[in-house]
Amino acid sequence: MGTAFYIAAAVAILSTIMVITRYNIMHALLYFIVSLLSVAVVFYLYGAPFMAALEVIIYAGAIMVLIIFFVMMLSLGSQTAGEERSWMTPGVWIGPSILCLVLLGELVFLILQPAGPAGEVRVVEPKEVGLSLFGPYILAVELAGMLLMAGIVGAYHLGRQKKKIVHRFLQTPES
Amino acid sequence: MFSLLRSMWLVFLHTFHKRETYQYPEEKAPLPARWRGRIALTRDPDGGERCVGCYLCAAACPVDCISLQATEAPDGRRYPSFFRINFSRCIFCGFCEEACPTYAIQLLPDFEMAEYDRQNLVYEKEDLLINSEGKYPGYNYYRVAGMAIAGKDKGEAQHEEPPVDVRSLLP
Amino acid sequence: MEAHYWWVIGGVLFTLLNTAAGLIWLERRMLALWQDRYGPNRAGPFGILIVLADTLKLFFKEDWIPPFADKVVFVFAPAVVVASVLMAFAVVPFGPNIVVADMNIGLLFFLAMSSLGVYSIVLGGWASNNKYALLGAMRGASQMISYEVFMGLALMGTVVLSGTFNLGKIVEAQRGMWYIFPQLLGFLIFFIAGIAETHRLPFDIPEAESELVAGFHSEYSGMKFGMFFIGEYLGITLISSMIVTLYFGGWLGPAFLPGVIWFILKTFVFISVFILLRASMPRPRYDQLMEYGWKVLFPLSLLNLLGTAAIKLLIDK
Repeated sequence: MGTAFYIAAAVAILSTIMVITRYNIMHALLYFIVSLLSVAVVFYLYGAPFMAALEVIIYAGAIMVLIIFFVMMLSLGSQTAGEERSWMTPGVWIGPSILCLVLLGELVFLILQPAGPAGEVRVVEPKEVGLSLFGPYILAVELAGMLLMAGIVGAYHLGRQKKKIVHRFLQTPES
Repeated sequence: MFSLLRSMWLVFLHTFHKRETYQYPEEKAPLPARWRGRIALTRDPDGGERCVGCYLCAAACPVDCISLQATEAPDGRRYPSFFRINFSRCIFCGFCEEACPTYAIQLLPDFEMAEYDRQNLVYEKEDLLINSEGKYPGYNYYRVAGMAIAGKDKGEAQHEEPPVDVRSLLP
Repeated sequence: MEAHYWWVIGGVLFTLLNTAAGLIWLERRMLALWQDRYGPNRAGPFGILIVLADTLKLFFKEDWIPPFADKVVFVFAPAVVVASVLMAFAVVPFGPNIVVADMNIGLLFFLAMSSLGVYSIVLGGWASNNKYALLGAMRGASQMISYEVFMGLALMGTVVLSGTFNLGKIVEAQRGMWYIFPQLLGFLIFFIAGIAETHRLPFDIPEAESELVAGFHSEYSGMKFGMFFIGEYLGITLISSMIVTLYFGGWLGPAFLPGVIWFILKTFVFISVFILLRASMPRPRYDQLMEYGWKVLFPLSLLNLLGTAAIKLLIDK
């Protein structure tokens, strides 16, 4: 288990670095998918198989596909990669680096805390996830449901056909 | 939805139908008599070549696959000195057969002409000539044409009157 | 790991790859049968060696990468389809104790792997840098994402009935009654979504050779095309075996035959149904497919889940 975790974690970190440094957006997205998959492996190893499956199905399988779908439509060729390269001057790195350092400091602080005993891995069954979702976290579920409802209504509004276009042979004389 | 299921069922019933395939090399498909296949040069009933080298077939050919050279024998019969059909170009349209005034060039119900070497698809006269009268048995061009050849003078053809002697003034 | 385990892995892999290759022959013979022809019948008994000839042909074809393609992604895409489908087979119980990975979340694993299969189409189409391939990839992505939704929702019916995601336990739970009877609606939705997911013929809109040359794999040749080819056949086998596992009692059957044989027999019946669909159905238009999915199948699968859950609660009380 230990080796598997370290391999998966190393893959996750490496692929995330690759996501940041790739100029070709499609390659960056592919590395991102690899990163998501390795995070799913980590989830699985540490007793959350349900989360791991959902991570793959929803993030890697659906959301990333949609993002790739839109990138695909934009037809970004090699000249955009060159443009990207020209934008990525060393100065751009300063802001994100500071933010990351803050996060890193926080992480180190948390790790250095005298933590409780690292309990052994407890497998969380899908049933427990469901029970806690519809038990203590019912409010969050309801809020998410409302957000999705708003999304559906918005999508319906945007996707509503304003005018039915009929071929001229099929048009009735008065229209 | 029901029509889809119905069509699935009908297609499934084809499991029990007879198969329509001809198992080709063993079982040949019957070809109609007017099938436009391999081109051949036919012969007169007396064994001579029908082709008179008029070039009409070469002119009619839309893909220019026929080439020939006409010459004349000492007895007055015209014949092609060479006659070459490039079957890798031929589209078997049958225009040459329609253009031929002497029924010499004919398309036969035979299509098995595949070759490994493309050059072998160029047929020379000896490959094209067949020992048959083809679709018009008994037809002899020189017997119905007014041209004089050895053994047949002018006016001796079928349905032909003897030539008028223009030097004689007598009616 | 004991020896039994390796035998299972090796046997499953061997059987699957041979089945996928054999399906080349089976599909041609079946299509020919339904079109009153013979199909391949020259090489070997009943033409079965056509498989060998086809494989050799694929191996010796020029493996060409177009200069305008994105090379890495272009090579990567065909591997994804085969890998994801083979991974999904890991959780399918072929018989009692014959399963590669007896996971607690087997069903979700299957869904995850089949959702990763989309990438082969999207990436293959994108990397080819060809307008037809791109159109195919676009259609494939939207078709597969939307049909995945109904597929998952339809499967939840069986999960509610059996109370587990473990495929082996789902099969065991069908000892009294196959789930095809209580879950007829779910079965139909899963079947239709499965056809769309493997982009088989009535829904082969990403390929649509009469409109899009060959869709997402227009630019592929040689063994890379072969991978797409094998992936498609493996996909058919996967969906068929999932149908059998979830709705037709998996390896359960009268005792005079071992469970594996029952499983294989049932799977082949469904593979034949897939081929029959190919022989008899016209291809719907792209917008018709999407409309059918979102406006008919999606509400139906939600209703199915709701009804199943309600009835289950009633009976348990």
